[in-house]
Amino acid sequence: MGQAFSFTNIFGKLWGVNKEIRILILGLDGAGKTTILYRLQMGEVVTTKPTIGFNVETLKYKNITLNIWDLGGQTSIRPYWRCYYNNTSAVIFVVDSTDKDRIDVACKELHTMLKEEELQDSALLVFANKQDQPGAMTAAKVSQALSLTDLKDRSWSIVASSAIKGEGLTEGLDWLMDVIKDEQL
Amino acid sequence: MSTQSYKKQDAYSLSSSPDKMAVFQECLQQFNATPVNAKKCRQLLAKLLRLLYNGESFPSQESTTLFFSISKLFQHKDQSLRQIVYLTIKELSQTSDDILMVTSSIMKDIQGNDAVYKPNAIRTLSKVLDPTTVTAAERLFKNLIVDKNPIISSAALISSYNLLPHAKDIVKRFSNEVLESIQSFKQFNSHQFELHEYYGSATSNLPSTSYMYQYHALGLIYQLRNHDKMALMKLITSLSEGVLKNSLSIIQLIRFINKLLIDDNSLQLLPIIINFLKHKSDMVELEACKTLINLQNLLTDEQEMMVIGTLQKLLSVPRTATRFAAIRLINKISIKHPEKIMVCNLELENLINDSNKSISTIAITTLLKTSGTGSIETTGEGVDRLITKMTSLMEDISDDFKMVIIEAIENLALRYPTKVKKLVGFLTDLLRDDGSLELKSTIVDALFDLIKFLSDDSSKQLILMNLCEFIEDCEFTELSVRILHLLGDQGPTTSNVSYYIRHIYNRLVLENSIIRSSAVISLAKFAAVCGGIVSKNIIILLSRCLNDVDDEVRDRAAISLNFINHHKKNLIVNDSKYDLAVLENKLINYLNEEKFENEFDINEVPIISNEEIKSLEYNQKINKTEVEEVKEEEPEVNKAQDLLKQQEYAQELSMIFSFGTLTKSSSVTYLTDKENEIVVSVVKHLFTDAKKLVLQFNIQNTLTTTKLENISVIVQPDNEGYQEESIIPLEELKPNQTGVSYVVFNFDETDIIAGFGNTLNYINKDVDEEGNADPNDDGWSDEYQIDDFEVLGGDFITGLYGNFEQIFEKIENSSTTAKVISGSSLEEVIEKIKNQLNMSFMDGSEFVSKDSNSHVLKLLGKDVYGGKIATLIKLAFTGGKIVGKIEVKTETKVFGQVVLDSIF
Repeated sequence: MGQAFSFTNIFGKLWGVNKEIRILILGLDGAGKTTILYRLQMGEVVTTKPTIGFNVETLKYKNITLNIWDLGGQTSIRPYWRCYYNNTSAVIFVVDSTDKDRIDVACKELHTMLKEEELQDSALLVFANKQDQPGAMTAAKVSQALSLTDLKDRSWSIVASSAIKGEGLTEGLDWLMDVIKDEQL
Repeated sequence: MSTQSYKKQDAYSLSSSPDKMAVFQECLQQFNATPVNAKKCRQLLAKLLRLLYNGESFPSQESTTLFFSISKLFQHKDQSLRQIVYLTIKELSQTSDDILMVTSSIMKDIQGNDAVYKPNAIRTLSKVLDPTTVTAAERLFKNLIVDKNPIISSAALISSYNLLPHAKDIVKRFSNEVLESIQSFKQFNSHQFELHEYYGSATSNLPSTSYMYQYHALGLIYQLRNHDKMALMKLITSLSEGVLKNSLSIIQLIRFINKLLIDDNSLQLLPIIINFLKHKSDMVELEACKTLINLQNLLTDEQEMMVIGTLQKLLSVPRTATRFAAIRLINKISIKHPEKIMVCNLELENLINDSNKSISTIAITTLLKTSGTGSIETTGEGVDRLITKMTSLMEDISDDFKMVIIEAIENLALRYPTKVKKLVGFLTDLLRDDGSLELKSTIVDALFDLIKFLSDDSSKQLILMNLCEFIEDCEFTELSVRILHLLGDQGPTTSNVSYYIRHIYNRLVLENSIIRSSAVISLAKFAAVCGGIVSKNIIILLSRCLNDVDDEVRDRAAISLNFINHHKKNLIVNDSKYDLAVLENKLINYLNEEKFENEFDINEVPIISNEEIKSLEYNQKINKTEVEEVKEEEPEVNKAQDLLKQQEYAQELSMIFSFGTLTKSSSVTYLTDKENEIVVSVVKHLFTDAKKLVLQFNIQNTLTTTKLENISVIVQPDNEGYQEESIIPLEELKPNQTGVSYVVFNFDETDIIAGFGNTLNYINKDVDEEGNADPNDDGWSDEYQIDDFEVLGGDFITGLYGNFEQIFEKIENSSTTAKVISGSSLEEVIEKIKNQLNMSFMDGSEFVSKDSNSHVLKLLGKDVYGGKIATLIKLAFTGGKIVGKIEVKTETKVFGQVVLDSIF
C-alpha cells in the first residue's frame, strides 16, 4: 500500500496533479446538488433532505483528488456561499431545468457570484439537471436563460444531465478536468 | 528575574496564554490550507479553546471568519480533529449567528457509523438547532435516544433536555422513546475502551454499563410529564420497582416524590421512599433519610425508627463524607425530637473522637441535645460526662468549631434551665483559657443571652460574678466595655451589690480611658437604682474621677454626678427605647419629604419597653435556631419586621381612612390555594380607638386572558357585634395584576370573637394578548367562594416576655375552664394555640416530647389595651382526645373570656 502511494506521488509530482482541487457545487434549492455530489462519490442515488449548511466529500477522479463542497441553496443560506469562494478551482452550477419560474433567480445568483474577485480564475460548469423529467428545458434553452454567452474571460460549459440516471455527469466532469489541467496546473 | 523564571515553569498560567490575534491568523492559514494538516489543526484548536475558556472573545467579524474556516475542517476525516472541532463549535455557538451552516454536516456525522465522535456531534447539534431547523432533527433524535450504546443515548437525552426551552412541542414527542430508554439495558460498546491506550488489555475489569442514561432519561421525562400529576405518579410507581439501577437516578426519583408529597400528600408514594432506606448505595439511603426527615409529620413512629436505624448504620461506615452526612441528619432530628435518637448515643459518643473535626463537633452538639432529655438524675450524669469529654476535645479543635459548640450549649441551657449551672461552669472555664477575640465574644454573647432569658436568680449571679472575674484580666477593650454595661444593667437588682461595685471600681483604677468611662456610667446606674448608702458611696467614687486625665471620663463622671444629685434616675437608666427600625423608616420619610418647617414628631415612633424587647429577642433567638436548621420550612417572619410592616400598613390606611392610630395588624392569611386562578389573602387591621376592624383583601389575578372588574369581597360575620360599615371595591384587575379591596366593620369590644364567611364577587371579561378587552363585551358576573377566617383573641394580643410565675401570681382577675381541643397530637394543638392566642411561650414550654401524654403551656401576652395576660394551659391526651384545662389571668377584665373562647 505504502509502495503504491509513493508511486502515485512521484507520478503525481511529474504531472503536477498532486494538489487537491477544490470545487464548489452551487445552485438554487432543490436543483439536485447533493444528489449529484453523492452520485459522483458513491455512484448511487441517495435520499436527501434540504441541506442546511453544506456537505463536503473528497473523491478521486482520474487520479486527481477532488475536494467537492456542496452548499445549501435555500435563500437563507445563499449569503454564506461567499465564505467558501476562496481557493476554488471550479464552480459547478446546478439548474433545475423544469423550474422555469425561478430560472431568472438562478441567472441573477449566478452572475452575482461570478463577479466575485475570488472566483475570477475559476472555471464554470453548468448542469442543466433533471433532464429525465418531462417538460425539462434543453441545455441550449437554459444557456440562453442564464445569459451564459455574456461571460467573458472564463472557461465555461453547459451539459444536460440527470443525476438520477447518472447521465451527463462524467461528461461534464471530464471537460472540467481538462480545463483545470490546461489552465491551472 | 524571579517572576520570569516562575512564568516559564508554569506553562499553563494565564500570563503565558497565546496571543489572540496570532492564534487567529494561524488558524485562518492552517484551516484553509489544502490539504489540511490534522495534527497542526488540533493543536491550534486547543490553543483557541484555551483562549475561549479563559474568557477571551473575538469581534463579530473575526468570529465569523473563524467559524467558517473551522467549518472547512469537516472535509478531514480525522476522528480526534473532529472531536475538537465540535468542542470549538459549541463554544462559538454562543457568539456566532452563522452557526446553522454546520447543521447538515453534523447530522451527517450523527447518521454515520463512527461512534467515537457521535456523542460530540449530538451535543453540538443541540446548540446549533433553532426552532426553525429542529423539526429536521426530530426523527434523528428519536432514533438516537433508543440507541443501544449508552453513551450515545445519554448524549441524545441531555441534548433533548437542552432543547426543551427552544422546542418544547417537538421534544414532547420523544416521550415514548425516553421511556423505552429508561427501561432498557444498554451496554458499553465492547470497543469502547480499546481506543485508549491507558486501558490496554485490562478491559475485562471495566464495568459493562453505568446506567447513567437512566438518570438522564428520568430528568427529561420528568420535564415532559410534570404538568400532569396522575401521569407522573404512574411513572414514578412503575419506575420504583427495581427498574432504576443508577444511584443518581434513584436519588432524583426520591426528590421528585418529595416534591409531590410536599405539594399535596400523595401518601401512596411514601412507601416507595421507605423501601429505599435499605439500598446498596449509601447515597440513596442518605437521600431517602433526608427526605423522610423533612416529611416527618407524615411518618408513623415505626417508620421514623427505620430512618434512624438506617442513619445509625451509616454512622459507622468508613467513608467520611457518608458519616458526615448521616450525623448532620441525626443532628437535624435532634433539634425537635432529641429523645428519638438516644438509641444512637453509643455511636455518637464514639464519633466525638472522629478524626474529622466537623463530625466530632456535630456529634457533641447532637449529644448535648439528647442528654438534655430524659429524667433528671441520669441526664445530670450524662451532661457531666459530656462536659468532661468536651473539655478534653476542646484543646485540639479550632476556634470555629468551639463557637459552634458554644452556641449549642447556649441553646441547651435556654431550653433546659436545670442544667444551667454546669453549662455556665463549662463556658466560664472556656472563657478563662486563651482564645481569640471572636471566640471570647461568642462566649460572652452566650452568657449575656443566658442572663437575659433565665429567670433563675442564682445562676444569673453566678454568670455575673464570673464575668466580673473575667474583666479583671481581659485583654479585649470591647469585651470589657460590653460586660461593664451589662453589669450596670443587671448588677443593681442583685443581692451582693458591693461585690460588683468593687470590681467595677477596680477598672476605674487599672484600665485605659475607654474602659474607665464605661465603668463610670456603670457605677452611676448602681447609684441611681440602689439609692441610699450605695448612692452616697458611689458619689464619692465618682467625685474622684473628676480628676481623671481623660476628658471623656471626666465628662461622664460630671454628668453622672449631676444626674444622681438631682435624682434624674430616668436619664441614667431607661426602661424602654424607641423602635429603631420604625425610627429609621420615619426619618427617611421625613428627609425625603423635605418639609423641614414641620418638626419631626418623635411621638409617632412606638416605644418598646424592655420586656417587649426581650420578648422580641427571645423569639429571634429561638426562631433563628429553628430556621437555620430547617431551611425548607418557610422562615417565620420575626416580630421586629412585623412592626415595620405595621408602620407601612398604617401609612397606607391613613390615606384611605381616618380612624386614628392603627392598633394592630395581623399577619397575612391566605384564603385560597396559592396556585389558584384568583389568589386572595387577608390582613386584619384593628383600630381600637375608633372601634373599627378593617379587612384588607389582597387579590391577585393569575389568569392570562381574563380581566376582572368591580371586584369586592362579601363578608358575612357570624357575630352580630360586627356591623359592616363600608366596602371599598377594586375597580379592575388586569391579567397578572394584584390589587387591594377593603371592608370596614364596627365592633363591640366586649364580644370580639367571630368567624367570617367570604365570597368574592366580580365581573369577568376576556382580553386579547395585549390585555385589551372588547369594548362591546359587558362581561359576565361571577362569584367565587373563598375560605373563611376568624377574628380571635390573638388578633388583640401581642406576645410578651417576662417572669411567668411572677406575673401569673400578681394578676387577680382569673377565669378557668376545661375543654376538648381538636387536634391529633399535642404538637399540633400547641401550634394551633400559638396561632389562636399569639402569645409568647415561657420557660421553653412550646417544646413537647412526642411520646408524652401531657404537657403544660405557660403563655404571656399583652392585649391591645395594654393589660397583661398570663395563661396556664394543662394539656392531656386521653382516649384519643386532647383535653385542656385553661386558666387565664387578665388585667383587662373582659379579656379572660375572650382568651378562653379563642381556644378550640
